[in-house]
This record gives sequence, C-alpha cells and structure tokens, in this order.
Amino acid sequence: MTKMTYREAVRAGLHEALENDPRVFLMGEDVGKYGGAYACSKGFLEEFGPERIRDTPLSESSFVGAGIGAALGGMRPIVEVMTVNFSLLALDQIVNNAATIRHMSGGQFSIPLVVRMATGAGRQVAAQHSHSLEGWYAHIPGITVLTPATVTDAKGMLLAALKDPDPVFIFEHAYLYPMEGEFDEGALPVDITRAAVRRPGKDVSLITFGGSLWKALQAAEALAGEGIHAEVVDLRVLRPLDQTTILASVKKTHRAVVIDEGWRTGSFAAEVIAQIMEGAFYDLDSPVARVCSVEVPIPYPKHLEDAALPQPEKIISTVRNLMG
Amino acid sequence: MTEFVMPTLGSDMTQGTLVEWKKKAGDRVTKGEIIAEVDTEKSAIEIESFYTGVIHQLITKPGETVPVGTVMAIIQEEGKPVGPGEAGTEATPVKESSPSPVREPVVSPPPKPGRLRISPAAKQLAAELRVDPSALKGTGPGGAIALEDVRAAAETPTKEPPTVSADRQARMRETIAAAMARSKREIPHYYLSATIDMGRAMTWLKEENLKRPVTDRLLYGVLLIKAVALALRQVPELNALWKESAAVQSPDIHVGVAVSLRQGGLVAPAIHHTDKQTLGELMMRFQDVVKRARAGTLRSSEFSDPTITVTSLGEQGVETVFGVIYPPQVALVGFGKVVERPWVVEGQVVSRPVVTASLSADHRVTDGHRGGVFLSTVDRLLQEPGEL
Repeated sequence: MTKMTYREAVRAGLHEALENDPRVFLMGEDVGKYGGAYACSKGFLEEFGPERIRDTPLSESSFVGAGIGAALGGMRPIVEVMTVNFSLLALDQIVNNAATIRHMSGGQFSIPLVVRMATGAGRQVAAQHSHSLEGWYAHIPGITVLTPATVTDAKGMLLAALKDPDPVFIFEHAYLYPMEGEFDEGALPVDITRAAVRRPGKDVSLITFGGSLWKALQAAEALAGEGIHAEVVDLRVLRPLDQTTILASVKKTHRAVVIDEGWRTGSFAAEVIAQIMEGAFYDLDSPVARVCSVEVPIPYPKHLEDAALPQPEKIISTVRNLMG
Repeated sequence: MTEFVMPTLGSDMTQGTLVEWKKKAGDRVTKGEIIAEVDTEKSAIEIESFYTGVIHQLITKPGETVPVGTVMAIIQEEGKPVGPGEAGTEATPVKESSPSPVREPVVSPPPKPGRLRISPAAKQLAAELRVDPSALKGTGPGGAIALEDVRAAAETPTKEPPTVSADRQARMRETIAAAMARSKREIPHYYLSATIDMGRAMTWLKEENLKRPVTDRLLYGVLLIKAVALALRQVPELNALWKESAAVQSPDIHVGVAVSLRQGGLVAPAIHHTDKQTLGELMMRFQDVVKRARAGTLRSSEFSDPTITVTSLGEQGVETVFGVIYPPQVALVGFGKVVERPWVVEGQVVSRPVVTASLSADHRVTDGHRGGVFLSTVDRLLQEPGEL
C-alpha cells in the first residue's frame, strides 16, 4: 500500500495508459500546456508530445464528437471535459452518437471512448461549476457511468474503462482531488460492474457514491458511538447499477438512507430507492430515506453552500429518525 | 341490542375463525357493509353486517375459532332503544372448548383508525411467527410496529397459535367431502341431459362481440348462465333450498357459478339476481367473482346465497356433466364443451356447434317432467340469443 492523493492516482492511471497503449491519447480544454484544470496531466505534453496530448478549443460538442470519431477509427481516446456543468453542450454527441452507434449499426461499430469529467460542489466555485449531474447520465442506456471515490478506484476504474469496448463516463468529484488515501495494488484490476461495501454494519445501510462516500463514512463512525452500526455501500457504478449488492445490504439491515449530492427531485437516489422498493419491500423495517442537495443552484457563500449539500450531521439525524 | 353472530356461509360450515374486525366498538355500520373477515374451511371471507347501527361491543377476538351462531358482537340497531341492563351482556355462548389462542395484550391498545402502522418486514415476520400485530405496541418511527417489537412478542411464551390458514387445501377437501357425501346420502338425484343447438347463439355472439370494445366482449358461458336464470322463472321449483323436510322456493334467482381453484378444490359463489342482469353486467360480475374466488376475497353473501349451481367443464373437453347437487340447493346444471357435430336441420345433415346441458335434480322436490321442461326452456331461450 502506498499513500497518494486522488489527483496523483488519476495522473498515474493516465500515465500508465499512455505508456502502455499507443492508441491512447488525451484531449480536452487545458490538458496540455496548462497541465489540466485539476493538474491531472501536468508534464504530459512534454513527455508524450502534442500528437497525444491535445489542447482543444472551448467547444465541448466538437471535441467530444472528435473523440467519438477517433474511437470509431480504432483509437482509444480519453476526453477530459473540465466539469459536468460544461458537458451539457456535448449531450447531443453523447446521447445521439456515443450511446447509440453500436445499436444502430447492428453491432458493427463500437465506441471505445473514455470521457472523464469533474463533478460536485464544496469548493466555493458557485452554481455554474458546482452541480452534480452524473445521475442524468445514468439515465442513458448504451454508456457506462462510473463514480470513483477512492484513490484505488480513481486509477483502477480508468484502466478498466479503457478495456471496455463501449463508451465509459467517469465522474471525479472535484473535492476529492487533494484527498490522500492508501492505494491498494491488490484491488486491481477493478471490477466496474460491482458496488463495494466500504464499512460493514447491521442496523442501517448508507448507500452513496462519489464525494458523498466520505460524508457517509464520517456519519457511520459517529453513529457507531451511539450504538448504531451503519453499513456503507459505495455504488461506484451508476450504470449498470449493482442491484445485488444494494438489496443484500438492505435485506441485512432492514433500513436504508441514500445519500446523493444531486438535487432531490428526480435524483439518482430516487432510482436507488425505487429499486429497493421493487426488490426488498418486505425486508424494510422503516421508510427508506434520502439525503440530497437542497433544490437551489449551489450557492457561492461557504455557509450557504454547506447548508445546500448533504452533510454528515444531516445523515446522522436522518438515521436517528429511522431508528424510532 | 342485536346480536351479530357467526353466520353460516354454506350448509357445510360449522365454525369459523375471526381473522380481523374491520370495525371497532363505537363505529357505525350500515347493512351490507363489511364488518369482519372470517376464515372458513374454504377461504377467507368478508362478512357483511345484516344490520344498520352502532357497534356496541366486539366479543370475538381475532384468531378465535367459534361455532356458527356464536355471538361475535353486539350492535345497537338504529331506531331501537338501548335495553336496560343489556349493555355488557355476558350471554356469549363461546364454548369453553374453543381455543382462545391469541396472546392477550397486557395493555389493550386504543384502537387506531385505519390501517395498522407496521413496517413491511415486521408484518412479514409477524405472519411467519404467528404473532397478532394488532396486539403489539410499536416502538419504530412514528410508533410503527417494527421487527424488534414482533421478535419481542414472539419470545414471550404464548399458547398454541391459531392455524388460521394452514392446511386450507386439506380442509377444503374435507369440506367438499362432507357436503358431497351428505348430498349423495340424503338427496335422491335424477339426471337429464339435452343436446342444444348453439348455432344461433354462437353466430349472434360473434356479431355482438364485434360491436363491443375488446375489454367488454362476452364469453358464451355468460349466455348459458343467463338462459339458466331465465328458465328458472318458468320452473321455479328448481330455484329452491331444502329446509328440514321441504323445499322452499326462493323469490330471487342467485346462480352460483362453480369456480375451480388453482390449488385444487372449488367454490360456487352467487351472482346475485342473475336473471335481472344484462349480459354485459353478467360478464363483469362473472369475471369479478372468478378473480375474487381465486384471490380468496369472496363476500359472505356470495357464499350463502346461491339458489342453484351452474358448472361448466367444457374447457377440459368434457361433453356431459353428471353433477352432484350442493345442499341445501335442489338442482345443479352442467354444461359440456361446445363441439361441432352433425345435426339435422330440415331433413339435411349439417355441421352445427352443439352443447350438452345436463340437470341434476332432487327427486324429493321435482320430477323428471319438470326437469325436462326446464332443459327445453333453456334450449328455447338459447335459440333467441338477442332476447337474453
């Protein structure tokens, strides 16, 4: 086990991919000269040259589309969209091309494309840079949606994504880049079809993903002091969702709280809860609850931003209410 | 004060187990309203109140098995004075031997309006452990009964729990055995059968169904049921119930339709006032009653009211039914499969769809002549399907 930051893990993953496979190249806004908006490709331009580390114009639709074309042509492009907030300009390419071409060509063509983007709030960068829209992407059949929350997954999921013959979207919570953690070499290769139980418990399942994982773990630690043993499930993969792990946990604990930084209405949490209702209704001992973001554009001032997001205290009080 | 007693839901029923009260003391009930759910040998049945008034007292507890006729509740009937000293009457002929299997709640919880507040998991566990959840005090969120409450209750030693729905199939077999043995022992059956030309009826049905939306289409079985109901107006002796030593004709025609259950056994719930329903209404009632028979949610009146039974085994390819009368009824009409057969029409052999109608009748009540009149009336009615 080695200690590293999430940023270093992403960078290590990209580096390994570029080194091992000549078809891999990196493309996006500021990935070259600037070294990436989150410094994940620092020094790559010098090391791999402008052919493989390509700065693009500020046009998400064109460079995601170019990535789709390159993938069709046999390359293994890694496209970095600076944040999910900007990815909406590329939605047409994603929904109508990346996700459909295998289907519409009767399986003749596939798009081995990897798109990475930052998501989430908590850094006081205001509404247009802070939203969590990965739940929207999870709605789209034809793509895989990953939300690595640990340093091991940050690298391991990227490498697994490159092996996938179809488009994979990786959402990196921007708050996690400076986070330090143990890199677990033994956990590789990462299985990108399964959720992971990050902390076992018997009284309530805290089901979450991405940046909220650490808040859920904090809440679980505090609850343990009250004698409530929370199990923390890291979904890791929003599509295809690993229903088996979710239901197994709920059948064990009989209670569930879903924590999702997306807005409450129509949230990914709502989908998880629906699947719990479909698959584990008779195992529930209390209503399923969710902790989501308040339905406002994420505010700039720190106290308001904190208040808008799921927080450990909110998770703790929600769990207490479920315990009767 | 009026006594609400365990009703008899068919002559073969000797006792019933109260599953739950749908009302509580102080509630108003109107005649025909569902007041309780009772488990019989055949299925769980919703019991309708015979009176309009206010429930004064509930005597039987959920889980208790009591003989038919046992006072289960006291109802203060509307417009009748409260008799002095009647309140709190001890006149409850609950037999000493009848088990009182449900754990007595330590504190009688105040009855809550509406549904019991219980988690799905707790409800499931309560059913598995045979714990009566209505006797529990909830400690879950909002006072809901949670798993822990059920577990705690199950650990408290209790008397032998009731086996309300256990071996229902075996008991249904016993019930059918008892009723059929009694029928063959007591009722001198005679049997008649007639082959009926269904050509006109089937043609009419085909045209009629073209006019109807797919969801409202009729099955030919409905024509047969309606024809039987109308023929009973002509031969009312067959629409009767045997009481002690004589048959009593019923003023209303409630045809019981035999429904075989997937798990085995059968029931024959009444379609009330069969003769007065349009074919469309009959079709709806028929589908409803079949669905509820299979779901085990028939009403008490549907069990107790049939004045004759119609059974059709055509689906199994049977051509002729030799039925056993369901006492205290005095007749049973059977239909086989509608089959294409050579048939003589005006001296020519043609192919026609025909059905064999059979009558099993109680010779104490009617003779073959009247039975023959009945079958020929059914035949005649089926030749004018538009009039049904």
